[in-house]
Amino acid sequence: MSQKVQMQNNKYKPESMISLEDVTIRYGKYEAVRNIYFDIPKDRVTALIGPSGCGKSTVLRAINRMNDLINGCSITGRIVFNGVDLYAKEVDPVEVRRKIGMVFQQPNPFPKSIYENIAFGARINGFTGDMDELVESSLRSAAVWDECKDKLKESGCSLSGGQQQRLCIARTIAIEPEVILMDEPCSALDPISTLKIEETIHELKKHFTIVIVTHNMQQALRVSDMTAFFNAEQLDNGSGGKVGYLVEFNKTDMIFNSPTEKATKDYVSGKFG
Amino acid sequence: MNQLYYRPLSARSIANKSLTLFALILTIASTLPLAFILAYVIIKGGNNLNFSIFTTLPEPPGDDLSAGGIGNAVLGTFIVTGIAALIAIPIGIGGGVYLAEYSKRGPFCKFIRFGTNVLSCVPSIIAGVFVYGAIVSTRVISGSTFSAIAGGISLSILMIPSVIKTTDEGLKLVSDDLRKGALGVGASKFATIVQITLPSALKPIATGIILGISRAAGETAPLIFTALFSFYWSQGSQSLLEPIASLSVLIYNFALEPYEAQNELALTAALILIAIILGINIMTKIINRLIN
Amino acid sequence: MVIIFGIYCLVMTVPNGKESQFLLRSRPPSEKLIDVGFKNLAIATASMVAIVLLSIVAIVFAGALESMGKYGLHFLFTSNWNPVTNEYGAFTAIYGTILTSLASLCIAIPLGVGTAIFITENFIPQIFKNIIGIFIELLAAIPSVVLGLWAIFVMEPFLRPILNSLNHYMGWIPLFSTGASGPGVAPAILILSIMILPIITSIARDSLNQIPSRLREAAYGVGATRWHTIFNVLLPAAVSGIAGGVLLALGRAMGETMAVTMIIGNSTNFNISLLAPGNTIASMIANQFGEADGSQVSSLMYAAFVLMSLSLLVNIIAQWLVKRLSLKY
Repeated sequence: MSQKVQMQNNKYKPESMISLEDVTIRYGKYEAVRNIYFDIPKDRVTALIGPSGCGKSTVLRAINRMNDLINGCSITGRIVFNGVDLYAKEVDPVEVRRKIGMVFQQPNPFPKSIYENIAFGARINGFTGDMDELVESSLRSAAVWDECKDKLKESGCSLSGGQQQRLCIARTIAIEPEVILMDEPCSALDPISTLKIEETIHELKKHFTIVIVTHNMQQALRVSDMTAFFNAEQLDNGSGGKVGYLVEFNKTDMIFNSPTEKATKDYVSGKFG
Repeated sequence: MNQLYYRPLSARSIANKSLTLFALILTIASTLPLAFILAYVIIKGGNNLNFSIFTTLPEPPGDDLSAGGIGNAVLGTFIVTGIAALIAIPIGIGGGVYLAEYSKRGPFCKFIRFGTNVLSCVPSIIAGVFVYGAIVSTRVISGSTFSAIAGGISLSILMIPSVIKTTDEGLKLVSDDLRKGALGVGASKFATIVQITLPSALKPIATGIILGISRAAGETAPLIFTALFSFYWSQGSQSLLEPIASLSVLIYNFALEPYEAQNELALTAALILIAIILGINIMTKIINRLIN
Repeated sequence: MVIIFGIYCLVMTVPNGKESQFLLRSRPPSEKLIDVGFKNLAIATASMVAIVLLSIVAIVFAGALESMGKYGLHFLFTSNWNPVTNEYGAFTAIYGTILTSLASLCIAIPLGVGTAIFITENFIPQIFKNIIGIFIELLAAIPSVVLGLWAIFVMEPFLRPILNSLNHYMGWIPLFSTGASGPGVAPAILILSIMILPIITSIARDSLNQIPSRLREAAYGVGATRWHTIFNVLLPAAVSGIAGGVLLALGRAMGETMAVTMIIGNSTNFNISLLAPGNTIASMIANQFGEADGSQVSSLMYAAFVLMSLSLLVNIIAQWLVKRLSLKY
């Protein structure tokens, strides 16, 4: 896939929030994803889909510099957020993560009370307002207030899996980031919890830019405005390793109803992956 | 069909049974010493046990009928072990945090890991020799020679590697998801460690440290020429710079005296020391189980 | 300049007009300072390990220099230890250290491994396994000075007639060529085996527990008896872990001080008999260091240096073996 084709496929949005410019991510010597270009629009939901091993989670984690935690992970190209390259030397990854929050695949509430789960992030971000109010509004936005309001002092780990995940979303909302990244947030949940999370996402996109990785195409179709389809190809060097690349990036209904690439069509119609 | 029946007299069955019996005997043999030792110390040491023993001082060996009490030795054991804990816990937790949270497989980290293992194998008498050479004979601490502080330092050398290992292993048990969660809401490394990972690992770390302290309380070899012994009460902060009594050194000194009274006092001291150490061990286990 | 301006923009961006509620959206220098300071503190405390270790080696080596220069390697092979004439050779103590620790291993290995087998394979209900496990742990928690006390007052008097009859009937063997009249090498060996028993038992138990159950099932599946399985499948699979535990125990036995000092008799004269008093490096240091001066101190430091080197060697091999075990499955 040449860069040129990718560029043409990207329908450029003027109100873009984050731009990935020729991003290549390596683990040690091996490329995980290669030459990614696309723009994440503001206050929209962008879904990253693709078969496993195509590097969509790697790309997502690169956006708030979570890959810094992985030994030997390096990146070339630029990820521009509000006009700043996130990988410029002067940028502090901790500050990046205060503006670009993240919800993980496994619900990971802190082993503290529900209240403290929310308050922790807010305090770290120097929150000066009314903490009780913030806890309530965050839990409401994440649609988990009704289940939690009577047991704010209980441990966050006492909630069910779906509730834990919404608590984690609430925790992320509480610090009012500009972007929320979600790494397969429903993969560990049952269908009913999944539905609730999706409803939450619909509410959240009024105020937040959301990027979600999902392996569930129906979910991408339900929640997202834009979709990026990633694929992986075998490396030529015979090592059996795969490298991911971006096939197509477009409005979600275009990706699912009239994709320009054959690979996209095959994938969304269930022929592989 | 009857070839499937169990034949108790076949060579195989007999060999199996006798080996099992042999293993049973070995097992009994290895649990007996503990039973004998506990029984002896409890019966003999308990004979002499009364409240005044905790309030009186030991008497220098002579042919008196009474050897006095062990009050200052009990107090001294707590003081010296306390000094050791004050030194070893911050250093050990800091080192453990470094190994578990910061180190990246570099040569320095490997060296520290290796050093921790080596330090944990240094014979306890060597720790005593070292502190004698570095602190007691050079009089670097306010010109004092044998002192409670020197004793505490030499015990802390034995405690540091165990605290480091406990902290390192405790932190490794904390799921990486938690660290990511904290970093994901913009916590700095410092906030993540202090507010999320260390509190999550508190239980195993605290357990390990308490057991390490209880082990140190029974150590003798590092104290015999650092803290030495004393027949008087430790009073005031100045006494930290003076020789101090401890239960373990009292046992060692008095057990080797030719006088019956001193020997009996050593046995009582042994009972108290074992009660303290095993008490802490068992209490920690029970509390751990209750929390679960 | 562009980048700095960019960061400025990044800092000043106002989402939803609520920026005022989050004062620390961009981190003030003080917070970064704490972060860096904490990291450096952790590094500094970790370095303490190295500093302490190197100072131990340096202090002991420096103290030993005088004696090293005077006696050289000769020190290791002569057995006259005479503070009056200032002649020092540590052979008795070195021999005693190696002899007592190896002999105690010979006693503790069968006991420890046998016990470990008994409490890992399904011989007895779980509750008894736990009780025996707790017994072993408590034995490890008994201070060595208390074991020494028990050895003086109970074990040695109890053993003495047995040891004397050994001398009576088997005195033609050099190892039993003297009578037992009190503290000596043999009771020291026994008390050492009691001390290292918990180490061997617990490491052997862990190694046996780590063996995947499919190995066990495979052996039973082809019709092996229980002890066949233990001898031919389980022990070979666990052997490097057990060997590591045995070496750790050896290291502990060589450095063990109090119990041995109290029961070995502290004789600096060499005697081949196990029933006579003897010496180890650790007990010699414990016994003499307090009253020593001049070249006696230096000679004791030299002996300490030998002990440290021996235990370091044994422990490095032990850790290498234990690590190999943990990589295996």
